[in-house]
Amino acid sequence: MIQIPCPHCGLRNETEFHYGAEAGVAYPDPNALTDSEWTKYLYIRANPKGWLAERWVHFAGCGRWFNLWRNTITHDIGPAYLPFTTQPKSPGNFGQEGSEA
Amino acid sequence: MREVRFSFDDIIYRGHQGEPMAAALLRSGLLSITNSTYHGRPRGVVGLGVEEPNALIQMVTGAQESMLPATMIELVDALAARSLTGIGSLPESPDEARYDKTNRYVDTLVIGAGVAGLQAADEQLRAGREVLLIDDKPGPGGHLRDVALDLPSALRDVLTHKNITYRSRCTAVGLYDQNYVVAIERRIDNPGNSAPPGWSRIRVWHIRADRVVLAPGAFQRPLIFANNDRPGIMLSHAAATYVAVHGVRIFSRAVVATVDNQGYRDAVRLHHAGVQVQGIYDARPRAGGPSVKAARAAGIPIRFRSTVLDTASNAEGACRSITIQDLDTKETFQKDADLLAVSGGWTPIVDLATHIGIKPQWSEKHAAFLVSHSTDRLCSAGMLAGDFGGDDDPLAFFGPALDSTQARCAYIDLQRDTTLHDLRRAVGAGLQSIEHIKRYTTIGTAHDQGKTSGMLTIGALCQLIGDDQSGISGMSPADVGTLSYRPPYVPVPFAAFAGRERGQLSDPIRITPLHQWHVEAGAVFEDVGQWKRPWYFPRPGEQMEDAVRRECVAARQGVAVMDASTLGKIDIQGPDAAVFLDLIYTNMFSTLPEGQCRYGLMCKTDGIVFDDGVTTRLGKNHFLMTTTTGGAARVLAWLEEWLQTEWPDLKVYCTSVTEHIATIALVGPKSRQLLQELVTDIDLSKDAFPFMHTRFTTIDGIRVRIARISFSGELAFEINVAWSYARHVWERLWALGSAYDLTAYGTETMHVLRAEKGYIIIGQDTDGTQTPYDLNMSWIVSRKKEFIGKRSFQLPYLKATGRPQLVGLLPLNNDEIIPEGAYITVHNAQKDEYGKTRHIGYVTSSYYSPALGRAFALALVDDGLSRMGEEVAVPIGNKVLHATICDSVFIDKDNIRRDS
Amino acid sequence: MTNTQETLAPGTIGRRRAATLPEQPPQLWKSAKPKKAYDAIIVGGGGHGLATAYYLAKNHGLTNIAVLEKGWLAGGNIARNTTIIRSNYLWDESAAIYEHSLKLWETLEEDLGYEMFFSQRGVLTLAHSVSDVRSKRRNFYANALNGIDSEWLTSTEVKKLVPIINISPDVRYPVLGATYQPRGGIAKHDWVAWGYAKAASDLGVDIIQGTEVTGFDIRNNRVQGVFTPRGAIAADKVGLVAAGHSSLLANLAGFSIPIQSRPLQALVSPLLEQVLNTVVMSGAVHVYVSQSHKGELVMGAGTDAFNSYAQRGGFHVIEHQLAAAVELFPIFSRAQVLRTWAGIVDIAPDASPIIGLTPVESLYINTGWGTGGFKATPGSGWVMAYTMAHNTPHELNKPFALDRFVTGHLIDEHGAAGVAH
Repeated sequence: MIQIPCPHCGLRNETEFHYGAEAGVAYPDPNALTDSEWTKYLYIRANPKGWLAERWVHFAGCGRWFNLWRNTITHDIGPAYLPFTTQPKSPGNFGQEGSEA
Repeated sequence: MREVRFSFDDIIYRGHQGEPMAAALLRSGLLSITNSTYHGRPRGVVGLGVEEPNALIQMVTGAQESMLPATMIELVDALAARSLTGIGSLPESPDEARYDKTNRYVDTLVIGAGVAGLQAADEQLRAGREVLLIDDKPGPGGHLRDVALDLPSALRDVLTHKNITYRSRCTAVGLYDQNYVVAIERRIDNPGNSAPPGWSRIRVWHIRADRVVLAPGAFQRPLIFANNDRPGIMLSHAAATYVAVHGVRIFSRAVVATVDNQGYRDAVRLHHAGVQVQGIYDARPRAGGPSVKAARAAGIPIRFRSTVLDTASNAEGACRSITIQDLDTKETFQKDADLLAVSGGWTPIVDLATHIGIKPQWSEKHAAFLVSHSTDRLCSAGMLAGDFGGDDDPLAFFGPALDSTQARCAYIDLQRDTTLHDLRRAVGAGLQSIEHIKRYTTIGTAHDQGKTSGMLTIGALCQLIGDDQSGISGMSPADVGTLSYRPPYVPVPFAAFAGRERGQLSDPIRITPLHQWHVEAGAVFEDVGQWKRPWYFPRPGEQMEDAVRRECVAARQGVAVMDASTLGKIDIQGPDAAVFLDLIYTNMFSTLPEGQCRYGLMCKTDGIVFDDGVTTRLGKNHFLMTTTTGGAARVLAWLEEWLQTEWPDLKVYCTSVTEHIATIALVGPKSRQLLQELVTDIDLSKDAFPFMHTRFTTIDGIRVRIARISFSGELAFEINVAWSYARHVWERLWALGSAYDLTAYGTETMHVLRAEKGYIIIGQDTDGTQTPYDLNMSWIVSRKKEFIGKRSFQLPYLKATGRPQLVGLLPLNNDEIIPEGAYITVHNAQKDEYGKTRHIGYVTSSYYSPALGRAFALALVDDGLSRMGEEVAVPIGNKVLHATICDSVFIDKDNIRRDS
Repeated sequence: MTNTQETLAPGTIGRRRAATLPEQPPQLWKSAKPKKAYDAIIVGGGGHGLATAYYLAKNHGLTNIAVLEKGWLAGGNIARNTTIIRSNYLWDESAAIYEHSLKLWETLEEDLGYEMFFSQRGVLTLAHSVSDVRSKRRNFYANALNGIDSEWLTSTEVKKLVPIINISPDVRYPVLGATYQPRGGIAKHDWVAWGYAKAASDLGVDIIQGTEVTGFDIRNNRVQGVFTPRGAIAADKVGLVAAGHSSLLANLAGFSIPIQSRPLQALVSPLLEQVLNTVVMSGAVHVYVSQSHKGELVMGAGTDAFNSYAQRGGFHVIEHQLAAAVELFPIFSRAQVLRTWAGIVDIAPDASPIIGLTPVESLYINTGWGTGGFKATPGSGWVMAYTMAHNTPHELNKPFALDRFVTGHLIDEHGAAGVAH
């Protein structure tokens, strides 16, 4: 049972949240894309081994969506940030390529 | 100490209240407790605690739990148990015990109340932190308890500090991310007892701690030699404790085999308790320190560079004599003994640390894997951290060289009956990884998860692989690493983890405010998600089909009423609400006039229909959306996701009001007449109140909103009222309704009525692969605007021909209801050479229609809309039904009744 | 071979003594050192990878091939699953490939000359609500047309088959019926892997452990080999069969796949007397359980909720399924959880596998088996071998091509996979 740092409610157990996969995938203009590009938006999401910026929604609490960095190997949690704010640097990106915590 | 009597394998024994059953059995002379699982060899008690590999018992009294080590059973009077040969049994009698859970958030969790744990707790308390201290034994002290020494007063005082919570018999079974610990507290003094009424017998602790201190201590490990499994061969610390503390007097002569100074300490204890210690056989070349001195002072013979090679047994299979081998000369000699106390070294308990992915480090100095992890949040203490007490110099020695015959009875995992021979075979087969070895030999897979056998395996493996490789005298355990341990640290009954989540508490039950009325009216219920919905209302003597027919007739010819309160309702407000709905729904909603309702369909970005419902415009910037019963939460989540993560500039505010507003559907040609008696303030006539309009009014001063929405296709009025007033309104309808022969109807009738009109049910006539076009709803797809999912209709497969399309089906035999889910083939379909029959679709909804006087169905058929009139086949087992494809609307195609 | 514990006749609860398992052969596989070049390389030494190598050698005569495993052989999901085998999937395409796999299972021990305790003890999938019954009956009818053995059982018939099940109407979600595939069952997962490994090794396949693929040699959009810490290895064909690491490998090769990796947990009990002689799965009550030959209860449920490569999951997932298990099987109340663990499962948007060509020539991929890969081990290896040998998919895996995510022709097994197993 990991804890997720909701920016509004603080650290809460993961069962209060729903997972939203990779963060920062904006809804594109559907009419400007080929089938290949459109389906990339539909179906491809990052799946890294290491730090991932991902989305969560606190459905059992404030109901708000937010993003955070999390390490998919260690489950360490990095900075959380609200939608439409600047994404903080990945905790792993400090001079190390593909670092695994 | 109170004397108690208990029975084991139907023999009565005496013991002391609270002492371990293993001690009482030993004291009574029972050396051989059971036979081993696969080899049938006699086995006895080996250890002191949960590391016990042999003495597994089945409780006959109390909760009748199985596969428990006798070392952890605390005696009470009249306890009964029996031995097991490694296979547990599950009693068929119901488990009456109660189990529960507790959640704790603590500053510091200290795992282990031995000296190191108590010292760590003390330090934390001095730093002003609140401490939770847990230990799996009935009392604190760890090894001090084993040697019957009192705690120093400083440590004793820790336990009574105001900021400490101490729980005995509380075993940490799992360490998880972010300092989450699961622990099991056995809340009564032993599992053989029934708990007092209202007490849980096992409580699961969910602990989140800012800091965790791991002070679990260590187990002794045995040695690998021939016939090392006989009753009377025990870990030396356990043997000494049974003799010196628990008064076990059955041993007259003992031999001690050791690789460290612990063997000397235990030899001295045995000696002072009256056992004749024939000798200490130490694999090391020399040893020093107070315990060695004490052994010499007691006159115990000591021989270095020697160890046990083999043992012989008496008639009962218990240990009778020991063969000692000089490790340098290889010469052997015999010693008679009925107790062989083995000190193969201390193995710190690394399990919990490995749960979280910490890799223990091999220390040659300690001849052990240690966890020296130390951060603010998690640290180890005591033996786990390498604090072994100071005066020792253990040797990483696991046993003498054995030939192949000897290897076959040199046990590594006593529960699994796996021997050195099995290990050699594994290595010979090409396996080198410790994980392979484990799977090949099953070492470490028994109830004890290899607590005493794990390190032995690693040590023996090093010797084997080292021998095979040229130039390398031996691999080091550092190269092998530990076995992977997994939660739970000890076996835990399923029921403990199930806790209170049983029966009706296993999932919440959702009911409407009319539920009690339905119950009293004799409704038969169905589960729709978590909701209980009336399925049908049988009158005395009616079967389901009778009730449904009666309800359908009432709805189409008289007036009937249904509780539709479970439908999802979402209040949507804001200046951009209309624009937002245009993006969400496939059809236009911004053009919907105030006071009117419109049916809408919504698709995911992949173009697939996922929910539908009628949405009403209550004001310029105010809509009330309805969703399917099962889809309510999903749809609200969908709306919020778009608003918050894609279109934050849209000013739209959504609120779930599913449980604020109850909905009563009054349906049938006489519905207007009945309702007008109740609703006097507004004109319900067709011109004043057309189909798909809504009006506010009051009933007995209660504000209600009535909408002319019809899922049945009849003249119908949906009364929306606050949840807590619903029962009142419902009963008012019923009081007036008797004059109209008002009939309650349930979900089955609702299904029939809507199917007669060709109205889909999401999740029944759709299966997550339909576009609106597949459902013959191209009319609902706006050409004028962009909406979620539209782009995907252009994908090749979504616009291909041959897709399944929603059609109606009329069985040739009017009375034959085609089973739902049945697959449809062409008229004369045959099996191919693989035994398969090609299908062209399947039946989604199928009922008997009293209105039509016959059976009918809805189906998804490949290119169905181009196949009107085609006769098709529906194979059901050995029979074949026949049906004709037709339009999906069966009744009142021009909607005259609905719009009346 | 010593006697093995017979499978109970359906409908009996018995108390049998344990008998020893058969002895393993003295030589399993030779751990090889990598050559400079091979005709084909399989990346991933799990069940599917080893099966692919075997069938490449056996069916297509390609023996100059290697299996590269970054850890210890068969240490991934093949070592961690709950061993359920069945083929009664909903969609024709799925049913076909799983049924092909089941037919291979039925002669596998003989084909490989290796005991795997393959036991066709039947698989029950329970239905707990009116809509649940409806969708499972659809599955049942679909199976009938696809020639897959499938029966519909009432709750009374379920009780007869599995006496320890609770079919009381008073429980929260009562059993209303079930589909039953008699030819489904279980097998000993490690032995399946070793059987394939031994057979492949005997045919000349190089099995190379401790060797991670760190890059691909791709020139003119054609793969020429792989890079490893032990040096470069050339190959005419490369197959990616590494569940849990498919995305990473694909990314290394320059393309992306619609896969998300999640933890899937499982657990066993200590040895118990045989009480359960059939595999039982339930979506609503969310658990699947069987009892192994040795006597352990083997259980699992759904994945944890977020992406992870940690091979561990949250404890709450375990607790829920234990509550579910005790509801369905009250006799399990005192059964104990002995050990929990997790694998990493690769999940595609339609919960169906991805098998076939990639955007890179001569590079093939096999992934997306999610929570249901074990049962497909023979079939998956078989079609992957075909695809690699012929540079074109077999009829059976054509529908599972990567490009279905561009055409929109997904094969949605979410519902039909029940509790997704």
